[in-house]
Amino acid sequence: MASLRSFLRSGKNAVSVVLRREFSETSPAAVQVNVRDALNQAMDEELERDERVFLLGEEVAQYDGAYKVSRGLWKKYGDKRIIDTPITEMGFAGIAVGAAFAGLRPICEFMTWNFSMQAIDQVINSAAKTYYMSAGFQTVPIVFRGPNGSSAGVAAQHSQCFAAWYGHCPGLKVVSPWNSEDARGLLKAAIRDDNPVVFLENEMMYGVPFELSEEMMHKDFVIPIGKAKVERQGTHITLVSHSRCVGFCLDAAAVLAKEGVECEVVNLRTIRPLDVDTIEASVMKTGNLVTVEGGWPQYGVGAEICARIMEGPAFNYLDAPAVRVTGVDIPMPYAKILEDHSVPQIKDIIFSVKKVLNM
Amino acid sequence: MQNMLTLISNVFRLGNASKNVGTRMVVSARSFADFTPQASFPIKKCDLHRLEEGPSDEALLTREQGLQYYRTMQTVRRMELKADQLYKQKIIRGFCHLYDGQEACAMGIEAGINPTDHLITAYRAHGYTFTRGVAVREILAELTGRRGGVAKGKGGSMHMYAKNFYGGNGIVGAQVPLGAGVALACQYQGNNQVCVTLYGDGAANQGQIFESFNMAALWKLPCIFICENNKFGMGTSVERSSASTDYYKRGDYIPGLKVDGMDVLCVREAIRFAADYCRAGKGPIVMELETYRYHGHSMSDPGVSYRTREEIQEVRTKNDPISMLKERMLSNNMSSVEELKEIDLEIRKVIEDAAQYAISDPEPSLDELCNHIYARDPPMEVRGTNPWVKLKSVS
Repeated sequence: MASLRSFLRSGKNAVSVVLRREFSETSPAAVQVNVRDALNQAMDEELERDERVFLLGEEVAQYDGAYKVSRGLWKKYGDKRIIDTPITEMGFAGIAVGAAFAGLRPICEFMTWNFSMQAIDQVINSAAKTYYMSAGFQTVPIVFRGPNGSSAGVAAQHSQCFAAWYGHCPGLKVVSPWNSEDARGLLKAAIRDDNPVVFLENEMMYGVPFELSEEMMHKDFVIPIGKAKVERQGTHITLVSHSRCVGFCLDAAAVLAKEGVECEVVNLRTIRPLDVDTIEASVMKTGNLVTVEGGWPQYGVGAEICARIMEGPAFNYLDAPAVRVTGVDIPMPYAKILEDHSVPQIKDIIFSVKKVLNM
Repeated sequence: MQNMLTLISNVFRLGNASKNVGTRMVVSARSFADFTPQASFPIKKCDLHRLEEGPSDEALLTREQGLQYYRTMQTVRRMELKADQLYKQKIIRGFCHLYDGQEACAMGIEAGINPTDHLITAYRAHGYTFTRGVAVREILAELTGRRGGVAKGKGGSMHMYAKNFYGGNGIVGAQVPLGAGVALACQYQGNNQVCVTLYGDGAANQGQIFESFNMAALWKLPCIFICENNKFGMGTSVERSSASTDYYKRGDYIPGLKVDGMDVLCVREAIRFAADYCRAGKGPIVMELETYRYHGHSMSDPGVSYRTREEIQEVRTKNDPISMLKERMLSNNMSSVEELKEIDLEIRKVIEDAAQYAISDPEPSLDELCNHIYARDPPMEVRGTNPWVKLKSVS
């Protein structure tokens, strides 16, 4: 009874404690879950948990989702909670924000974040700024989600990364998960958050499986928004990245390890608010920094990280200037050979690390 | 009957008193005894679009309602004129879009819906902020940017909020999908409430409004779309902005009605009709309120480069909403010149006190600068103008 009381009092932080006590006797039963299913299960559980949560967007219901992320949800929850919209982003994004004003907790899906530009006024001016303009009177508990950044062969209008655009704006939380653990924990956190959250997924990651522990499969498993994760410990150089590029950084780190270079890989998880403390601590340990992102270089996520490192205590620990690895500064071309050379590859990360370390 | 007897007995009791006292007694006895308790007024018939019947062409007005409508409309009128004065004294700055002339719209709508219903409008919002329950002093203090303002001075003229009132919105047309979303929430929660979603003739051509019409009609949202047509979108007359100026028909497949927005009773009957329609689950409805603003688009617009002073004067003399109500009440013995003058004096005091408050209340503390970024979050740090300035933000 006392443990139950203390569990209820300490909330979600106590979940892992309870689980450890219950399951310490058995070996952890991990499962393979791909990012798509992680997102699907997260939404399913949050829809079940809170009846104010609902999903709207193009093809989310009867089509099971353009990328099948919402598969099975319409069948389970019906028309009221899973709503197919016409192809009118500005209209349905505004409707979603209005529903959030009036007490519901909408998940508004953009088929890709490229289409959010049709609705960006509603995201920024109606959602992000309202809590401030109303001096704390009006909350906007909404999640905007969808695939962001480059895909494969979808060309210029369907390949832009919006992390920097939305990450620029106060009032928004902007989240960019990499693996299934991130996808699950961050989406749950986003849905439970009382603020507008921009949730940037990646289409190429949807089908990639990752191991999820029993703790991660618990229905109250949330990852705090605003906290980065060190995916790999290292000593010689810090690689900071988000979304799909985290995987590339880990692959590059594996190759570099054979040459005696130990990279520390930081997975941002959240673009805004940026976890500068984790980055600084890492840079103060390693003395070198390379940022890696899929988006364009100018005014991007890497640019912000470098500026913050310059302005903070970690600068004094740098042995070399911090450097960015980014997408090429061009609209995305179609032909495969061109597309492959428009995005950061593992060899680009390895090259940049060696340059920074003067190898 | 009881009152008549009191009146007569008073007269007889004072029969021997001086003429003046007797007269005075008779007058004050009249002020609560002699008025008509209610009357029916014929109102202009609404033009209908895709509707077999419209609102009633007769409106019942009780003395109580009449006084309430008069008081409210006069308060909005005086409040807006006070804002004009404060703006010219440079005590109010930035945007200030005044509502005088359009009072019957805000009052008529509020009279026809419940406080539990919802309302959202664009930037000409001071009148609605008042009718939705915010005190004059909090409105004026928001305009002067003080901590006692309804948004603590952080919102300004276009960003005032209250329960079931979602502002005040600065981006033309953006409030329309928002209003449809509020209506979706009403339907979802099954609470039998409606959302009144207002926009102007200038906004009426916005694509997102047609997107909202489509979804509201598809899903039968309880949304009353209202176009306040004051004939000008900033300096552009409706003829120069709109290929079709039949704004009540612009909903196409959505039924619509065109209403005399200068007559508070017309507006009230129309909104009652519309609210009943929505509550019956029939879906959205469009209303066009024909109205007029005396001021220019905003305080930086004298309002006479695109219309004539004669036109403005004509509306003032022939079509003023407050005068119309006053005349109706006086000519039907529902009030007296003295009683209405009393009310005017009371309102003047309220406005003066509110203005005093708005001028003397201190500006927000600098500690407030970074607050209210995120809701229900632990305190966090916000970067100042340079890297050494680290400011605190609480929810």
